[in-house]
Amino acid sequence: MIDWWQSLVAPFPPLLLTMAYMLVFILVLFACVAYATLAERRVLGFMQVRLGPNRVGPRGLGQPIADALKLMFKEMILPHDADRFLFRTAPLLSMAPAIAAWAVIPFSEHLNFADINAGLLYILAMTSLGVYGVIVAGWASNSKYALLGSLRSAAQIVAYEIAMGFALVGVLMASGSLNLGDIVMEQQGSIFNWYWLPLFPLFLTYLIAGIAETNRAPFDVVEGESEIVAGFHVEYSGMGFAMFFLAEYANIILISALTALLFLGGWLSPLEGIVPASVFHLPVIGALLGSGAHWFVAKTCFFIFCFLWFRATFPRYRYDQIMRLGWKVLLPVTLVWIVVEGVFLYLQLPPWFD
Amino acid sequence: MMKKIRNLIRSFTLSELLRGMRLTGRRFTSKKLTVRYPEEKTPQSPRFRGLHALRRYPSGEERCIGCKLCEAVCPALAITIDTEEREDGSRRTTRYDIDLFKCVYCGFCEEACPVDAIVETRVFEYSFFERGQQVMNKEMLLEVGAKHEAQIASDREVSVLDR
Repeated sequence: MIDWWQSLVAPFPPLLLTMAYMLVFILVLFACVAYATLAERRVLGFMQVRLGPNRVGPRGLGQPIADALKLMFKEMILPHDADRFLFRTAPLLSMAPAIAAWAVIPFSEHLNFADINAGLLYILAMTSLGVYGVIVAGWASNSKYALLGSLRSAAQIVAYEIAMGFALVGVLMASGSLNLGDIVMEQQGSIFNWYWLPLFPLFLTYLIAGIAETNRAPFDVVEGESEIVAGFHVEYSGMGFAMFFLAEYANIILISALTALLFLGGWLSPLEGIVPASVFHLPVIGALLGSGAHWFVAKTCFFIFCFLWFRATFPRYRYDQIMRLGWKVLLPVTLVWIVVEGVFLYLQLPPWFD
Repeated sequence: MMKKIRNLIRSFTLSELLRGMRLTGRRFTSKKLTVRYPEEKTPQSPRFRGLHALRRYPSGEERCIGCKLCEAVCPALAITIDTEEREDGSRRTTRYDIDLFKCVYCGFCEEACPVDAIVETRVFEYSFFERGQQVMNKEMLLEVGAKHEAQIASDREVSVLDR
């Protein structure tokens, strides 16, 4: 299959091919993001014992398309005395890093755009850049609510970035590599070899920091509609608003994918080491049960669902509680576990650190 | 001290968060309460107070005798009645208007009526597209009554004991 494909695309120059792949991938990602909004509304609805949007198309599947069309045809209002250039750039600033980060994400062993050695650092850099979109949007809007929202966002992301960074330090200590593909390969063995178990506190910290990083409930004081209307994007309408909306969901998908890669073994099959290896050589079932991109997608979907689940369950944190959790709970937890992990690694303790 | 430790353990095991998630997780799979409106409708009481109607006797004679009790009792002043003597000497209405924008659907007119002429039906899906259409005149009210007479009569039958 792969050989057949390679012979088919051989006559085209590699640069053109890569760009074509990227275009296809970005389109697929946009579709996923659009349907993540529908998934959110449906899941929230179901958890509140109602149905959610189910009118447009079969089972409401046309809803994202209807929403997108509506937003596209709406006027984009430029507020009085707003910074024209920055006001228009901000949505792009928050959208672009969420897409750019996908460049280094490996879907399976050989399926990725860029197999770079500093993949983890690249991811950290890209996810940190996303906050500029929020800050610039808040500042350029010339609105008090928007400015307050973006200030909150800045403080929150600084606080949680550190905990998140330390959680990643734990992962790279355990794997000994910054390459995302290598990190996944280091987790090979069985479901109990994946890093979620030996690095359990870091796994939870990463997930929580990830939620805070994407400004999702229960850490959504940035938008806090009861206090500052809609936070940094109050002044945005039409496509500008849609871009922020899409960026939020693109970030959710990205963080979910990263959690799956770093702590849940990426594309590795959870059945490895449980069922006999001969099963994986069966014709169709073997490919389905064995490692592959489908497991990565499934794990990512699981975390996306968790994001929605958290939103349906937890009430919003107060601002000072968010800061307390970030600085006084999550940061010490990661520091302690990194020390513990260091000791384990030094002593080469089985079963995980030998 | 013990309490502090217990609190610490409780918050670090995330037990409360997990309990909350179990609740929402259960709701996720439970049967949904939503009524899919145009296809599904909630049950109505026989005493439902919807669009008004004027009734006739089975003989075809209109019930209303123009006593104006409904006009007097109406808290929203939505009813306007003019009366006149008919050739046979009986008093009849020449005008019976209900302004549906003023009406609060309290059902007092129906309660006040000595001959069960003005009633409120189960009809609630109606709308107006132009200003002025909201004033129901006598002909319109009689037409509604004629259309829904069977339902109106059976509803009065059921709830007669309450009145």
